[in-house]
Amino acid sequence: MTDPASLGTAGPLAEASHDLVAGPAATTDGPERPRSLAADAWHDLRRRPLFLLSVGLIAVLLVLAAVPQLFTSVDPSAGDLARSRQAPSAQAWFGYDLLGRDVFARTIHGTRVSIIVGVLATTLTVLIGGSMGLLAGFYGGWIDGMLSRFADVFFGLPFVLGAIVILSTFRESVGAGPVGITALVVLTMSALSWPVTMRIMRSAAIAARNQDYVRAARGLGASAPRVIWRHMLPNCLAPVLVYATIALGAFIGTEATLSFLGIGLRDPVVSWGVMISEARDYLRVAPFLLLFPAAFLAVTVLAFVMLGDAVREAFDPKGR
Amino acid sequence: MTIPPPLDAPLLEVAGLHVEFRTRDGVAKVLNGVDYRVEAGETLAVLGESGSGKSVTANTIMGILESPPGVVTAGSVRYRGEELLTATPERRRDLRGENMAMIFQDALSALNPVFTVGFQIAEQLRTRRGMSRRDAGRRAVELLDQVGIPAARQRVRDHPHQFSGGMRQRVMIAMSLALDPDVLIADEPTTALDVTVQAQIMDLLAELKAERHMGLILITHDLGVVAEVADRIAVMYAGRIVEHADVHTLYSNPCHPYTHALLESIPRVDTKGTQLRAITGLPPNLTRIPPGCPFHPRCPMAVDVCREVVPALALLPGGRSSACLFADELVTR
Amino acid sequence: MSSTGTEPILQVQDLVKHFPVQLGVVFKRTVGHVRAVDGVSFDLRRGETLGVVGESGCGKSTLAQVLMRLEPPTAGAVRFHGEDIFGKRGKDLKALRRQIQIVLQDPYTSLNPRMTVGDIVGEPFEIHTEVAPKGERRRKVQELLDVVGLNPEHINRYPHQFSGGQRQRIGIARALALRPEVIICDEPVSALDVSIQAQVMNLLGDLQTEFGLSYIFIAHDLSVVRHLSDRVAVMYLGKIVELGTEDEIYNRAAHPYTQALLSAVPVPDPSVRAGRQRIRLTGDVPSPVNPPSGCRFRTRCWKATEICAEEEPALEVRQGGHHPSACHHAEEQHLLPG
Repeated sequence: MTDPASLGTAGPLAEASHDLVAGPAATTDGPERPRSLAADAWHDLRRRPLFLLSVGLIAVLLVLAAVPQLFTSVDPSAGDLARSRQAPSAQAWFGYDLLGRDVFARTIHGTRVSIIVGVLATTLTVLIGGSMGLLAGFYGGWIDGMLSRFADVFFGLPFVLGAIVILSTFRESVGAGPVGITALVVLTMSALSWPVTMRIMRSAAIAARNQDYVRAARGLGASAPRVIWRHMLPNCLAPVLVYATIALGAFIGTEATLSFLGIGLRDPVVSWGVMISEARDYLRVAPFLLLFPAAFLAVTVLAFVMLGDAVREAFDPKGR
Repeated sequence: MTIPPPLDAPLLEVAGLHVEFRTRDGVAKVLNGVDYRVEAGETLAVLGESGSGKSVTANTIMGILESPPGVVTAGSVRYRGEELLTATPERRRDLRGENMAMIFQDALSALNPVFTVGFQIAEQLRTRRGMSRRDAGRRAVELLDQVGIPAARQRVRDHPHQFSGGMRQRVMIAMSLALDPDVLIADEPTTALDVTVQAQIMDLLAELKAERHMGLILITHDLGVVAEVADRIAVMYAGRIVEHADVHTLYSNPCHPYTHALLESIPRVDTKGTQLRAITGLPPNLTRIPPGCPFHPRCPMAVDVCREVVPALALLPGGRSSACLFADELVTR
Repeated sequence: MSSTGTEPILQVQDLVKHFPVQLGVVFKRTVGHVRAVDGVSFDLRRGETLGVVGESGCGKSTLAQVLMRLEPPTAGAVRFHGEDIFGKRGKDLKALRRQIQIVLQDPYTSLNPRMTVGDIVGEPFEIHTEVAPKGERRRKVQELLDVVGLNPEHINRYPHQFSGGQRQRIGIARALALRPEVIICDEPVSALDVSIQAQVMNLLGDLQTEFGLSYIFIAHDLSVVRHLSDRVAVMYLGKIVELGTEDEIYNRAAHPYTQALLSAVPVPDPSVRAGRQRIRLTGDVPSPVNPPSGCRFRTRCWKATEICAEEEPALEVRQGGHHPSACHHAEEQHLLPG
């Protein structure tokens, strides 16, 4: 008979060989401290300057978006043509735009819409693409074939062309209110982007479906929803979440692109994209009109991309 | 050879080798004093479980230890008396292939998938020996023929994935032999192969070793394979050689408790046993090797002194050695 | 090893599993079939261990998948207590799942890395809620951990905090949870270190005695199979070529393939290496897409004659023999030293 006592208490530290091959991974001390993969990733992330920097930036942006009044008491839409295109000064740090509105106040207030658009578009993309990818990967066969071809149709559309077609078609029907046009922009971006998430999720799901633990669960009689929910989803989520952080930054930039092209958000909605779009005609005479919203946009995109990068590295078991 | 071999110098000798892996999570003491030597025409088996350091030793000998994280902290590796650890990278590169070669467990990943096997063998001959394309190609066919690949003339034009596992291992052996090395290190060469193919490859290695009078270092965890082919055996545990003896002595009278326990714990094809005498516990974590004898937590003979004193690999009568404080009691002959 | 009854608990008849080889992306066309399992029949008796041994590609793992109903069979029947398992659907199938369980090879991939040990071993109870009421599950899981030699307090740990051998114990605990009658062990020790293999093999042996389990023990290692099995089936290219008791297979092998396998297994005893009779097969196992005509082993067999190419040998007791073998030239021989 083996000796259960000695085995049971031998602790989590046996895999010397594997640890060596894979590099450092030796489980650290604290025999009774259970650490999941996510906890490991968190432990790892906290020590990355890149991660801390990006999280700090994003935190500031979120505060800006939530309570812009804290940072400026100026009404972003109050214009005075007398100060049209005045350069930055002590009174208005970022200067005044064409209609004499305070650019600083507009930039601060624009954060909210930009972030909302980014977050909503990312969430929708992940939900649509993720669930389609999971189903395609799990069931395979004709379901996979059908969903994949359907995704290919959207994937094949050039983004800008697709966005122009959708936005110009439905632009009039959503009315002039800020909610309608914001929703339309979010939906357009999601509709054209979900195939990427689907492909990522599908390949992760195909890999997970062939794992032995899925086989073991099926052998136990687990239902399809159970296998998908308990076994596949938690193991497929990491790559999609990583993509999501990168996509979030990209969506904020995309919103700006669409506004710049004149088919995205528009007055009275204030967003960085709208501001950049308004500034394009005065680039030579008043470059600051472009500079400030563009700088905010660039920093935000960068922060999310950095976050995505750090998260991806932390969740990659090969990196440890 | 540029340097005349000193008289009596062994073909290859490892002495007091210490290697650490320095990682963010601590320092793993992977090798803690490894000594062995191999002479021309003999097979030394290095036996150990995963994590015992048998492959790290081989990689250090070959100069392909991954660094970082691996750092050699002490010891020496001598080829015909010439110290390798302090040799220049150029000198070591010259020795690799030409004087010592290595084959690996996974031949598929050890061969480049985008080139034909003929090209990969011939390339070495062209760059290292300055052979013409034609001569090198002809020699590649000869080598494949020698390692028992049927229709070698046609098969030189195939890519690695077109070979079966056993044939691929033969290709790797042919490639390692292209520059006529004196020392061949085989790291788990048959672990990924089926038993009938494993027997073919072991036969081939034994044959080539005798033919070319090479020193063969066979790294494996398989006690059966070792018994079939080895002349001498070095048993490794937690980065140390714990026992060293010729194959007959070791199997008939192991004098380290770990070797003894291993032999007792394996099922044998030639007998139907009842309960196996399993070794309790697990091999130690190399970042925290227990004080004293590293095997003491799993050793049935361990007493208090084993927890304090690190036993050295001591010579016993009959040219064998053991790193157990009670080795004398275990020797029956 | 165990008290072997005569009553068959599982009867496998002419089981066939072919995988189509397909080309094309949208319009797939089938260009051939991998004949992974190609007409396999055997009985498993209550309380016995049937070893299934063979080299990679012989179909032994596919056999396990089909028996577990993870893959549908192409043809053939499997009866569990006389009832056809492939006909079962819904509730009946779920009930069957409680009776036949599997232990998989790789302890690193067979446990969901994002679930705690408690959740992994407790999952059978969540799927089969009738087995244990909710309040009792945790205690049951701890009991199971104790049975397989793990510390019951480690219930909240994650798989990566355990060693390979310990993980395999977790996999065994999961298979044991529903108190099945049959456990299919698919290479349960081949991924483990030598000194750990014995621990797990002993555990499997002890559990069999304790719970009266029947095992189908699939492995490529003839020594491991011999140690645990009462009877042994030798597979080659999707077919059973020889079937007999452990003694019949290991001491009186009749099929040339079994003989070649036995003579190739290294024996951990250097004193016998000079005197051993060796049969060295040449070449590789042919592709299971286009197996040779007649006897599938004939391309590598030193005894092959014309009849071997023409007529497929049936698995039957041959003249002068005592157990079934599928060879026209079967001849019992003792090959192992000692």
